[in-house]
This record gives sequence, C-alpha cells and structure tokens, in this order.
Amino acid sequence: MMELYELTAHELMDKLASGEITSEEVTKSYFNRIKEKDGVVKAYVSTLEESALEKARKVDADRKAGKPVSKYAGIPIGIKDNMCITGTRTTCSSKMLENFVAPYDATVIENLNKEELVYLGKLNMDEFAMGSSTENSAFFTTKNPWDLERVPGGSSGGSAAAVAADMAPWALGSDTGGSIRQPASLCGVVGLKPTYGLVSRYGLVAFASSLDQIGPITKDVTDSALLLNLIAGHDEKDSTSMEIEKKDYTKALVNDVKGMKIGLPKEYIGEGVNEEVKASVLAAAKKFEELGATVEECSFDVGKYATSVYYVIADAEASSNLGRFDGIRYGYRSEKFENLKDIYRNSRSEGFGPEVKRRIMVGTYVLSSGYYDAYYKKAQKVRTVINNAYNELFKKYDILLTPVSPTTAFKFGEKSDNPIEMYMADICTVPVNIGGVPGISVPSGLDSKGLPISIQLIGKAFDEETILRAAYTYEQNTNFRENRPTFKEGGNN
Amino acid sequence: MAREDYEIVMGLEVHCELSTKTKIFCSCPTQFGGEPNTHCCPICMAMPGTLPVLNEKVVEYAVKAGLATNCQIARNSKNDRKNYFYPDLPKAYQISQFDLPLCYEGYVNIETPEGEKKIRITRIHIEEDAGKLNHDEYGRGSFVDLNRAGVPLIEVVSEPDLRTKEEVEAYLRKLKSIFEYIEVSDCKMQEGSLRADVNVSVRKKGSTEFGTRTEMKNMNSFRSIVRAIEYEANRQIDVIENGGVITQETLRWDDVSGKTFSMRDKEDAQDYRYFPDPDLVAIKLSEEYIENIKKGLPELPESRKKRYLEEMGLTEKAANFVTASKYYSNMFEEATEVCKNAKSVSNWIMSDIARILNEREEEPEELKFSGKELGELVALIDKGTISSAIAKKVLEEMFENPEMPSKIIESKGWVQISDEGAIKEVVAKVLEANPQSIADYKAGKDKALGFLVGQAMKETKGKANPQMLNKLFLEELNK
Repeated sequence: MMELYELTAHELMDKLASGEITSEEVTKSYFNRIKEKDGVVKAYVSTLEESALEKARKVDADRKAGKPVSKYAGIPIGIKDNMCITGTRTTCSSKMLENFVAPYDATVIENLNKEELVYLGKLNMDEFAMGSSTENSAFFTTKNPWDLERVPGGSSGGSAAAVAADMAPWALGSDTGGSIRQPASLCGVVGLKPTYGLVSRYGLVAFASSLDQIGPITKDVTDSALLLNLIAGHDEKDSTSMEIEKKDYTKALVNDVKGMKIGLPKEYIGEGVNEEVKASVLAAAKKFEELGATVEECSFDVGKYATSVYYVIADAEASSNLGRFDGIRYGYRSEKFENLKDIYRNSRSEGFGPEVKRRIMVGTYVLSSGYYDAYYKKAQKVRTVINNAYNELFKKYDILLTPVSPTTAFKFGEKSDNPIEMYMADICTVPVNIGGVPGISVPSGLDSKGLPISIQLIGKAFDEETILRAAYTYEQNTNFRENRPTFKEGGNN
Repeated sequence: MAREDYEIVMGLEVHCELSTKTKIFCSCPTQFGGEPNTHCCPICMAMPGTLPVLNEKVVEYAVKAGLATNCQIARNSKNDRKNYFYPDLPKAYQISQFDLPLCYEGYVNIETPEGEKKIRITRIHIEEDAGKLNHDEYGRGSFVDLNRAGVPLIEVVSEPDLRTKEEVEAYLRKLKSIFEYIEVSDCKMQEGSLRADVNVSVRKKGSTEFGTRTEMKNMNSFRSIVRAIEYEANRQIDVIENGGVITQETLRWDDVSGKTFSMRDKEDAQDYRYFPDPDLVAIKLSEEYIENIKKGLPELPESRKKRYLEEMGLTEKAANFVTASKYYSNMFEEATEVCKNAKSVSNWIMSDIARILNEREEEPEELKFSGKELGELVALIDKGTISSAIAKKVLEEMFENPEMPSKIIESKGWVQISDEGAIKEVVAKVLEANPQSIADYKAGKDKALGFLVGQAMKETKGKANPQMLNKLFLEELNK
C-alpha cells in the first residue's frame, strides 16, 4: 500500500474532498516521514508541527461540518526559509537572521492562508539564496535524496530535497538565476520559475530584486499548475508585479503538442554540457517530434554573456539589498564594538558567510563611481540585447528546449572551493532570469550513476500555459516520474 | 584686501517635507511628533522582504512645486537608491532621484535692493526622509525613532546665483511662500519640514571663477542661516587673506557657539553608489496629467500681487509685503472682505502684526487669529468705536487670546468715548488745569494743542475719540 506522503498534492486533494482521508492524517504522515528521513537529508531549518496539526484539525472540522472549504484546504506545504510567515523564524539560512521572527506575512503566504494550506516548516537554502548547492547554508548542508554524498542543488536545495524525499507534497522555492529549476533537476522533481512580475515578491527576502521570483517545486506538472494558480496574480504591494488577469493554469494541462514549434539552442547542447545530459535533451527533442511538435536547432549566441551580466546585476542589487542587515534593528549584532563603525563592520563580518560577502564586495565594486559605466551600465545594456534575442526567438518558436544543469548532482566540496566553477552550474538557467521569461524543469531520466536529469522548457513572458502544456504532455508520455530516490550512501564514484 | 572686496557665492539645497497624508512608500501617517516608532510599519522599518510602492500624491505635489517654480517637468523619470550606512536610515539606502529628477530648469524671482532678481533652480527631485536619532543624555546610548523615516521630501537645488545673505533669506522665504500657497508643504522650519543646506564660496569681486565651496548643514531657522553664512563667508575670507586655501568639506553649523565645524572633508566623501531602484517602476507622466495639475494650481503670489495693485489700490511695497506669505495674503483678503478698507488692513499687517510677530520670534503661520478678527478691528476704528491707540492694545491682546475684537473691547471696557457731552467735560477740566497752554496756543504755539489732547487722553485712559477732542479743544481755544 502506498503511504500518504508518497502522493502528489492533487491526489491528496481528491482524497480529502471525498472524505477518504483527513488533513490531520496527511499532516501526521508528513511529520512521521520528516522524523524518519530528515535526520539524514536535513532539508528543514525549522518544522511547525504544532501549528500545522492545529490548522489541519480545524480544516477537518470545517469539512466535517459541511462548511465551504477550498479544495486546497488542509494540504501541507513546505516553504523556503526566505519567505516571511508571521510569528515564525525566517532565517535565509544565515547566522544574520538566525533568530529573526517575521512580523508579517509574505503575499504568497497570505494567498496560501486564504486557501488554508498547512505549513510543515521552513526549508534550508544557500545563505540569502546565493549558491547552487545549499552548501552555503550557515546551518548545515542538505543531502540529495538520490545520493547522500551529493548536493541537492541550490539555492532552493531544501525545498527540492524535501519534495523528492516525500517530506512535503510540494514546496515554494525562489529562483534568481536557477535556484528553483537547478535543485529540482538535481533532485528529480518539477520546478517552475514564473515570468518576472507574475508572482508578488512582497515578503520574499530580497537577493536580486530585478531577477527574484517565487515558484512551485512539485512532484508533477499538474501540481505545478495548481500551486501556480494560488501564487500568481497582481499585488499592489509589489510595484513590479504585473496587472494581468488571473488565469487557471490547470487549463493548460492538455496532453497535446501537435504543431508546437520548439527551438533547440545549439549552444546548450555543445561544449560544457555533460554528454549524458545532452543525450537526455536530444531524446526529449525526439520525443516531442514523435508527439507532433516540430523541433528545430536555433542559436542563442548572446546567451554566453548572461552569466557575466547576471553576476554584475545580481551582486549589485544584493550589495544594496543586504545593507539593511546592519546589526541595528534586527538580526545578528556583534558583541564586540566600541563605536558605530564597529557595530556595522563586526556584525556584518561575523553574520554573513563567505559567499554572501564575496557578492556584496563584487556588487559594491561594480556600482562604485568610476566603475559603474564599465560594469553595471554595460551589463544593463547587454541585458537588453539578451531580451531582444529572446524576443526574436519567440517570433519563430513557441518554446525553447535546453538542459537545466550542465551536470547531474555533484559531490559535496566538489565545487565549493571554486566559485567560478560553481557559477557555471547555472549557465543554462541564468539567461531565463535575465530575460524575465518563464522556465520549467521537468525530469527526463537518470544518468549512469542513477542520478536524475531534467530538461528545461522556456516560454514567452506571461505564457506559462505553453511550457506547462509541453511539460505535461512530455510527462504523460514518458515514465520518468516513476523513478524514486534511493537514499543511497556513496553511490558509484 | 578688505572684506568688501570679496563677493560671496551661494547655492542652496532646500529640503521640504511634503504634506501628503501618508508616507512616500507605505501608508503610515506623515504627522509630526508622536511616540517614537508609532508611525511605522514593516515597510518603513525596512523589515526583510518588504517593498516600496510610490505614493502617487508625492509625484503630484512635486510636479505642483515644479510648475509653481517655472520648472520643466520630466515626462520620464525614475527612483534611484543612494546607498550609505547610518542608524536613522533603516534600508541602508535612501530612495531618491539621481540623473532624472522630476523637475528641472526652473527659477523664482526675488526682491533685492537693486530690483527683481532671477534665481535659477537646477532641479527638484523627490526622496524619502530618514528617521531620527535620540541621544540619551545619560550616555546610555542612542535610540532610533523611525516615525519620520519615509516622510516624502522634495529637494530643491538652486544654481549658485545668490550673492548676499539677504538674497538667501529672500529666496528661501519665496520658496516657502510658494509651497505654502500651493499647499504642498507646511514649511515649518521649527519642525524641520523646511531645511536648507547652503553651499558657500567666496571670490574677489570681478572674478568669474568660483572659489572652493563648503557645504553647511543643520541650520533650522532663517536667523541661523543668516548667521551661518556671515560666519562662514568671513571665515573663508580670513583663510584666504592669511594665505591659506579653502578645503572642500561639509560643515555642521552650531547655533549655540555660532560656529561651523567640519563633519567630513572631500577625502572621506561617501560614494553613494546610486543605481535605479529595481523595486520601483519608471515614472512616466502624460501631457494630460501635467496639464491637469497646471489647471488645478491655486492663484500664485505674483498674480495676487497684481490684483492687489490694480484692483485694491495697494502700494508696491504693501502688495509685496502682504503677498510674501500665504498666511498674510489670506488674512488680508479675509479682513478686507469684512471692513472694505484694504489700505488700512495692509498697514496693520505691515506694521503692528509684523512687529509683534518679530518680537515673539514667530512666523505668520503661527498667528492665532484670522482675517475675520483683523477685519472687525479695522471696522471698529473706522466706525469710531475705538481709537487707533486702543486698537493697538486690542491687537496685542488678540495675540494672546484670539477672540473677536468687539468682545475684547467689551470685557476690558475699552469702548471709545464719543459722547460730546462727556468729552466737553474732559476738555473743560483739562483747560482749567493748564492755563499756560492756553496762553501758549494763543501766542501761536500750535504744539500746545497736542499737549492738551494728550492730557485729555491720559484723563480718559486713551478712550476719548481723538477727532472729537481736537474739534472741541479748537472750538474752546478759538472762542
């Protein structure tokens, strides 16, 4: 018999609606699973068992009493620890915010509250979402459920690992340069980065404001559409959120790609991409053709500048966004100080980890007078060029097909000493953030080591429907969803 | 060389708090005062994850200010972040405007002894105010109050067109007056809603090159601005005269010692790392939007002045004086409406009201009474109910106790004696007591009449109708 924690969120919804199970049973099942597995995987920074069970019982009572409840009511969810929930710790996996209790709800949380979802806990991440392996968490590393000696990817490594390990039916992550899609890929789950401006950023602790987006990490494409329905929409608290009509993304879950035009940028199936990953992408291209789509090789030459542009813009914005962590009002304050400068210097030196400091320094440098034009301004210009290149491609193609990560999950410590090599883990995902367009990571098989590989489908801005439709069709016509993590220790090399 | 051989060159950066109901990026009240940290929310306290949303009223008010100071209005503008660390700045950046201010290339005219002078305005931009630090007097530390953090400001930057401290004061008073007229700010210097930084340099008269400038901060009254300029200009001249050079630095004016102190010099000048705020969208203004604001602007002082000259018969001097402040001007119009004596009302404002305010070190906006009361006061004089002398006493009383003059007169028993019989009695009594004056008058000394009237006034405690006194004395003396 299948355990409740093995089900997808939409399967749980059906069972809750029919009265076959209660939210309390589901919630308990997840906490039991967390107790069983999280000692090893270490996906959660904090769990919220008491409030979760209280909410679950309340929803059960309402359902039993025949009160109108949302179909989502009582479904558990895990939240990346950079989104604010009133009264709970929001740490960004940083010593700086280790004891910071949020005094307000993020807009996405308000949206989930309305539907009465149940919060299992807050999920580990690279400190302030800076990283691709979750090794930059100030607290502990999260293990990849497929191979406990390997990283789950990052920065939403806790979210992806929790979903892969059945410690949450789904989770929210955030994606600035690949932080949803890359860990989803490395953990064999579905990760969607929506179009910039589709989901409110209010209450998401900012890393790079012009790139950050919250999105779903789920077990299948259906759940991705269902969770997107809850979080997408204009928010007057976020000036960069677009005023567009609310959509029902589940309508895009149609098993049909006939006539769809898919571009295959040759730059992402060439040098620097692992052969097995490449083979998986090409196999997916073939599959799409079989299913009636046309696939054509195309060029996205300017994409090679995206990583450089990204590390200028993202770090510039981060250097400013992280200024507020100064030891004055909240967060970590050093005990060693004689004067104001000491409070700033020592609190920030002791409170931030090395990667965060590196990015603050780079960001400060590129914004400095005398360097601004050469770096920040230039990067913005190249960003426009990249956007234009996307626009041109989307005149010809409905979606683009690329890898998510150039490699499958790597081992702990393998890249953590070499920031440039770590930055290369995002070469396929970063351009999507620069362009502000949506991208989805969908499992496409296992490599010879038994580690998950995913394909990335990239769409036009605010056209999540088309990538969801293609992803759904791909998922329905393959069986990669059936692969389950093995929790093995020390895989073949 | 003497001080007279130098010319002072000044430009001003005026910060003016806008009187919108809510803050620039959140919905907290802008109200002055309040218990520390009670007018704030997660947004203006810069809690992690919060985002700013621009208050559209702030743009409207700033555009108003720009139009009223003859500025061009930018159709495309944006917000930028100015990054620096200070405990009163919770985000560690101030949202301001860098290269695309909302308003640019304006001017205002000021009155100088040489006539009207145009002072050019470089730009007006919008930004947020910082909080305040309260330093514990027992040295237990400093406390941050974020009530003011996020209150909207406009910064008005002038060209270095000002040459004397009088011009600086006239320019500031002009800006204050305009912003009061268009109701974008209450411009209360004492509450810090109007603040000015003055850039000062000196050069030899006739020179066309600018000297090295210093920037003075922390002046919170017209008086301290004038004093600070005087001090700083003299200091710079002395340095140059003694063979020294001026260093570019930021100075803090200390009102108690009457001196400026260096806050920081060019060496540790901050690099603010301005860049466009990615949390906010570009500000795009349509022609229609700007046109609508233009149409909605209230009558400005220049236009009022013209009306006062042409329709109400004021002198140039009176019209200038009355229109210099919205409060004076409104009081003038209201009072004239009541008493129909524009000339007399303007005289009262220019002389006694201005004098008493000056003595009390108050500004026109602090007047407790309105034009209604002043109008009645003038009407009472015109009707002969009170003398001008009594009226002055009534006015003094109105500063303390803003009641209707008729009520003050009644409660104090200051009604003028206009009863001919009663006055005749006083005249007779005074003449009897002063035979020498009668003789003097008859000998052609007209001054004696004044003395006799004065005596009669003394006798009646100033309440006798002066015209009647004059008339009756003359009748008796010429008998």
